[in-house]
Order: sequence, then structure tokens, then C-alpha cells
Amino acid sequence: MSRKVKWLLALCCVLALTIALAGCGAPQQTGQKEDSKATELSGSITAVASTAMQPLVEEAANKFMEKNPKVQVSIQGGGSGTGLTQVSQGAANIGNSDIFAEEKEGINATQLADTKVCVVGMATVVNPGVTVDNVTKQQLIDIFTGKITNWKQFGGPDQKIVLINRAKGSGTRATFKKFALDGKEEAVGMEIDSSGQVKKIVAETPGAISYLALSYIDKSIKALKLEGVEPAGENIVNGKYPVWAYQHMYTKGEPAGLAKEFLQYMLSDEVQNTLVPEMDYIPSTKMKVERDAQGKVTQL
Amino acid sequence: MNARLADKLATLMFWVGAGIVLFILFFLLIYIFLHGLNTINWHFLTSPPQTIRVGGGIGPQFFNSFYLLILTMLITAPVGLLAGIYLAEYARQGRTIEAIRLSIETLTSLPSIVVGLFGLLVFVNMTGWGYSLMSGALALSVINLPLMVRISEEAIRSVPSESREASFSLGATRWQTVWRVVLPSALPGLITGGIIAAGRVFGEAAALLYTAGMSSPNLNFSNWNITDPTSPLNPFRPAETLAVHIWKINSEGLIPDIRRVADGAAAVLVLVVLTFNISARWLGRYIYRRLTAT
Amino acid sequence: MHKKYVEISGRMISFTCAALVIFLTVAIVYFISVKGFSTFIVNGVSLKEFFLGTEWWPDRPIEQGGPKVGAAPFILGSLIVSLLAVFVSTPLSIIVAVFMTEIAPGWGQRIIQPAIELLAGIPSVVYGYIGLSVLVPLIRNQIGGNGFSILAGFLVLSVMILPTIISVSTDSLRALPGQWKEAAFALGSTRWQTIRLVLIPAARSGLITGIVLGLSRAFGEALAVQMVIGNTRRIPTSILDPIITLTSAITMDMGYTITGSLWNNSLWSMAMILLLMSFFFILIIRFASKRGVVH
Repeated sequence: MSRKVKWLLALCCVLALTIALAGCGAPQQTGQKEDSKATELSGSITAVASTAMQPLVEEAANKFMEKNPKVQVSIQGGGSGTGLTQVSQGAANIGNSDIFAEEKEGINATQLADTKVCVVGMATVVNPGVTVDNVTKQQLIDIFTGKITNWKQFGGPDQKIVLINRAKGSGTRATFKKFALDGKEEAVGMEIDSSGQVKKIVAETPGAISYLALSYIDKSIKALKLEGVEPAGENIVNGKYPVWAYQHMYTKGEPAGLAKEFLQYMLSDEVQNTLVPEMDYIPSTKMKVERDAQGKVTQL
Repeated sequence: MNARLADKLATLMFWVGAGIVLFILFFLLIYIFLHGLNTINWHFLTSPPQTIRVGGGIGPQFFNSFYLLILTMLITAPVGLLAGIYLAEYARQGRTIEAIRLSIETLTSLPSIVVGLFGLLVFVNMTGWGYSLMSGALALSVINLPLMVRISEEAIRSVPSESREASFSLGATRWQTVWRVVLPSALPGLITGGIIAAGRVFGEAAALLYTAGMSSPNLNFSNWNITDPTSPLNPFRPAETLAVHIWKINSEGLIPDIRRVADGAAAVLVLVVLTFNISARWLGRYIYRRLTAT
Repeated sequence: MHKKYVEISGRMISFTCAALVIFLTVAIVYFISVKGFSTFIVNGVSLKEFFLGTEWWPDRPIEQGGPKVGAAPFILGSLIVSLLAVFVSTPLSIIVAVFMTEIAPGWGQRIIQPAIELLAGIPSVVYGYIGLSVLVPLIRNQIGGNGFSILAGFLVLSVMILPTIISVSTDSLRALPGQWKEAAFALGSTRWQTIRLVLIPAARSGLITGIVLGLSRAFGEALAVQMVIGNTRRIPTSILDPIITLTSAITMDMGYTITGSLWNNSLWSMAMILLLMSFFFILIIRFASKRGVVH
């Protein structure tokens, strides 16, 4: 076979593949087909979940689909960045995020509509061997910026403080930094990319300190009071304990059709009073304070 | 005398070295099975995972792993075989062949996370499929294809040239010879190699995180309509595999029995790979005997 | 006529399939490079800052000094962990390869060979999981530190690359002509002298290929490493310190970041480094095998 023919062939196969790829594209987005006359909902939507929200949204989606058998809510994991990217590109109907879209670089937040599904509280956690029970904000800042390096510097045992951070992109870290550390940049410590690992390491490393969403806290680790306020439901609800964040579900433009129905379901008593508390989240409908993207808190 | 002693010591060292490797393997296998086997039962293998409560299974993940493997093999087996035929039978030295060989080498040595990112860009985003079985299968194909090409080229090359010449002298064309004479004798090698390659695909995770996704929708196993989103067969749904599941629950799992599920899933994974390995050898030998006996 | 038609189309189809491999490779290189270069072209980060910078504040607002994407700690981390893994794995692998070919071929064939294949078949997630549940606590309790460490990382990797180095080395040792060995024995050498002075030097290029392949596998491994090394962006001072690698940074942060942002782009640049490294490894292997032919 001559060289020319070979190259022609190669070109053909490239073309064929391109066409094949383009041709079978996009069966995913059937969009929100909603029959407005009939009461029964049908169609399918895609929600991309942040890792923190995946369990809640998955459980809720399952219940939603049980009630509306013709509906398919497809939940994809992948992180808050992926969720926001995909929803603003129109590749997914709902994008979940654990921080405000305004706080993420590279997202045009004005075109996204925010539904605040629930609130997650975050606590400073330490290894159970640390005898300290309470920290002030200033102490916390000193610890996390590396000024205080030993627990005995404020009444604890003579033990080195082991800083454990979440990975830089994590919503938990962003929230903790903003509301517990007043935005001060943390000293370099170990970075763990998941809450499960943070819990394990704090439980097993003497002198360790980190922060976790309340849903991860159990007997193996100790949650500290901040300025004497316990990180617990009611203190967050009335705004006494400052370290918490909304869990957002974003849609491109105001939610419509099936996405709207699903978001309404997320805010219904059925989800808010059972699933949300079961996962140690706080129902957003219960909150007595509200916070905007700039961090300004208003009483409701 | 000194040289003798050195020789003895060296021999000892070689035995110890071999012993260490065997020990590592046995330790790994015993550890995995000791912790995982008692978790495995019918319920564990078929029920869906739990998100926050105890007692979840790995049903959908188990199914997804196999389905993804089948999709991948449907893509790579024919392409790999044909490419292998070309390289073994038709190719002559030249720049194109050199480019093909270099490409195969490149693809083989690509880290799977890089393949995963490529898949994210092309199969997930550009096609608009989102995280889906199809995107995952294509990403796995990129990893598996160079292996399959190499396996089929080697299997075909190992067929003695006399049988080819006999076929040519009867007036058969090269293509006919390949299909009627060469491939049947290359079959044992093809099957053994193919199944072992399948084992690799089965356990792959890094390339799937951002292609097949980290979630698995509720599957309705009585629904075999391939276009329906709840059908397990629908190739355009997200699909978490066993290997990805082990990684995910170890990092973000909220279930209290992470250890149990992860141990069980790891045991299942290794058990399947073991089965693949053993059956590949056995099947290869069986077919070889059938072919040579008749 | 029909026969000829089948012959030509068969040849064409099989060529298309082979050419697909080239197409795929070009596509991967193209897409990864386009995304990877955008850190430098779109975001205007200098090559020097990216490759030599140690500061990593990919989303720092302008008021606090603006973002910085120095990837040196990641590159260094990948190099440290994978090189250490190769240092541990290479001697053991060559010992086992020689064992299989020279000391006990029967044993080698029947027991070691299948064992190596099984080791190669164990999925990397399982290696990571066992590292996490056995090695990390063991290091924390017996040696010190918090367990997540360079030590745990390279130990896991060194087991994972054993099969690669062993099988390539075995092949190259088997390929040596038998007369060389016989000649050495005839001159009165012991088996150890023969192995050390004749066989291993003669198989050198094959051994190098095996080692480089192992290195390349270690360098590109993602999940197993990510699960055990602690992922800390700091220049380590001991092997008990945690560390971060290119692959673990990509796995951890890819989902958090917004497509097109500087942070996201710099992750793609890291993927491009991985790609460049695999080309570099291929070059070394080609060079080594050319040298091997001359000898």
C-alpha cells in the first residue's frame, strides 16, 4: 500500500471517530420534561453533589423517586467545584456546593440561583487526651497560624500541637478559616482530603487538633467549646456559635420544572424534619439567623 | 574457599529474596481474606450500599465493575485484535510502524490518573454524557488497548510460519490465512492474555474517579430496557465500581461500618482477580489441548 | 475478484485499528497540553514560578498578595517517593529474577512466576487500603510520627512495582545465550561469580529497562499513594514526615476546583508534567536498549 493511501486511511478513521463521538453525544440531558396537566411528574434531572452533601441528596432523591416512580434524579459525585462548573455550563440541572458560589474563583454567581437546603455546623476537634475543653478565638488563631505550638501554653498537657488541615479546596476548611480564624491563613500542617481520615487521625494522634462537620463527631474525638459556646444545634440556630455554613443547591436561573419540584421536596418537612437531622445537619427552615455571601449575619 | 563461601552466602541471599516476595504475597492474601471473607454473603453481594447506616452491601458496585469490564472488552478486543494482526502480519519497517510502536509504548506508560483526566475532558465534558459507564469504559479502553494490541501481536507472532506458508501455497490470501489458520492456533495465547488484561481493568480506580463517577443510582434489576435510566444496562448512567467504592468510603464515608464494607469489597475484588488469573491459565491450556488433540 | 476485495478491506480495517493507537496518543498529548499550558498562557504564570516556586496559595485573593502556584513541593514529593521505592525494590527484584532463572528454575516457574503475576494483579486500591489499615498504624505505633509518611508511601509503592521490575529482568536474563554461562563455569567461576561478573552485566540494558518501568509506574501511581502519605505541602525533613505528590494533589483537588480557574489549570499542568515524565522514561528505555544491542 502506498504511503498516500495509508495517510488517507488514517484521516478517515479520525473523521469516523469524531463523527461517532459527536453523533452519540448528549443523551444524558433529557432536561426537565414535565407534564403540566397531569399531577404525576416524569422526566429526569441530574444533580452533581459535593462530597459532603452526597449522602443527604442521594437519600432524598431515592425517597423522591419512590413517590414519583416516573422521575429519575441522577446524583453524581465529584465535588463542589465540579458541581458549580457543570451547572453553570448547563451540563447538570443542580449543582451542590458547601460554600457560596460567590466565594469560588471562576464562577459567574449572578446567573445561579441559590437554594439553601440545610446548615452544617463545624467544631474544633482534638484528640481525647487533650485536657483543654474551651478555646478563645484568639487562641484558636494562634494555634492555627503556628504561634502556639504546645498545649501547655494555655493550660493543657505538655504536648506538641499537631495541626491537621483539610485540603485547600474543601468547604469545611473555607468555613472554618472564615468564621473561626477570621480569615487568617493557616500555618502549613498536614492536609487530609477527607473528613473520615481527619477523624481517624485526630482520634489516633496525641495532641492533634483539627475541625470537622458535626456529622462526623463521635466519642473517638473531642469537640471544643469556642468562647464558652458549645458547637451544638440550638447555639447555631440562634447564631451564638459562629462556625457553620449553608449547604447550597444551585440551579442556572430560577429553578423550573422538575428541578424546582425536587428542590421544593428538599425544603419540605419530610426531608427537613427527618433526613436532615438524622445526618446531623440543621434544617435551614429552622434557622433564626441568616447569613449572606459576604458573611453578614442578620436576625430573622 | 573464600569464593566458595561467597557463593554459599549468595545462594542463601537468593533464597531469602524469593522467600520475602512469597511472604509478601501470602501476607497480603491472608490478610485480605481473613478480614474480608466472613463479610461476604449473598446479602452483601446483592444489596445496595447504605449512605449513613450500617449493613450496606456492594450490589450495584459489583454489577457495575463487571458491566464496565464487558463494555471495555467489547471496545478493545476487536480493535486490539485487528491492530495486532496488522502489526504481526502486514506491517513492514517504516515510519508509520515506528509511530504505532511509540504510541503503544506511550499509552502503556501513561499514569492512569492522566487517562482519567483525558476522559473527563473528552468523554465526560465534550460528549455531554456526564459521569457515565460509557465514559468510564472509553477511559478504560485507553488503558487496556495497548495491552490488547501487544497480547494479540505476540500470540499471532508465536504461530509457526510453516502453517502460514502451507496456507499460502494452497492459494489463500494473507487475510484468509490469518482468519482460518493463524488465529485458531493463536487462540490459547489470546484468551489467556485477554483474561489477565481483564483482571487489570476490573481493579482500576484512578481512571474512573472522574469518568464513571463516584455515585451509583438505584438500579432496578428487573428493568432490562437499555434506554431506561433505572435499568442496570443503561450505559449513560453514572456507575461507581468496587475499586472506586473502596476508595470513596475510606475517604468520605459516613457509614459506621466502613472497615467491614471495605474489607469485604477488597476481598471480593481480589477473589475476582484471582479467579481471572487461574481460569485464564486453565482455559488457555484446555483450548490448547483441544486444538492439538483433534 | 471477491478474494482480492476481502484481502484489501481486511488489510485496511486492521490498519485503521493500528492507526487508532496513534490517533489516541496524539489526542491525549494534545488535550492535556492545551489544558496544561493554559496556566502559563492564559494565567500568565511564569515557568520558573511554577516549577521552582514553593508557595502554593492557588485561591488567595489579591488583597492578601494574590494567588501563587509553585508546584515544586509536588514534583519533589513525587520524585522522593518513587525514587525511594525503586531503591528498595530494585535489589530485591533482581535477586528474585536471578533466583528464577539461575538458582531454582523449577521452583521459579511453578511458584514464584504465578506469585508475581498475582502480585501484579492485585488492584492498586487494595494496596492502598492495606497500607492504610496495616502499615500506617504500624509505623505510628512502632516507629513514631503519625503514620502517614514518606515511609508508608514508598513501602507500598515498592511492593507494587516489584512485579514490573522482576518480570522485565527475568526476561532479559533468560534471553542471554547459555554459552556465556558455560564459558564462565569452564573457567572455574563459582555460580555467584558468574552471576555477578557475567550475567548481570550482560543483562544490564534489560535490567535498566525494568527499573525505569518500575520508576514510571511508581511516579504515576495515584490512589495507593494518596491514601498513605498524609498529603502535606511542606519540604520534609525525615522519612516519617508526610508529603504530597503530583498525583495525590490531582486526585484530591480536581473535584473541588472550578474548570478554567487558575487552580484548576495548575492541576492540569501537573498532569502535563506526569505526561512529560512518561515520555522521559520512554526515552531512557529506548536509549538503554540501543546501548544494549551494541554490547
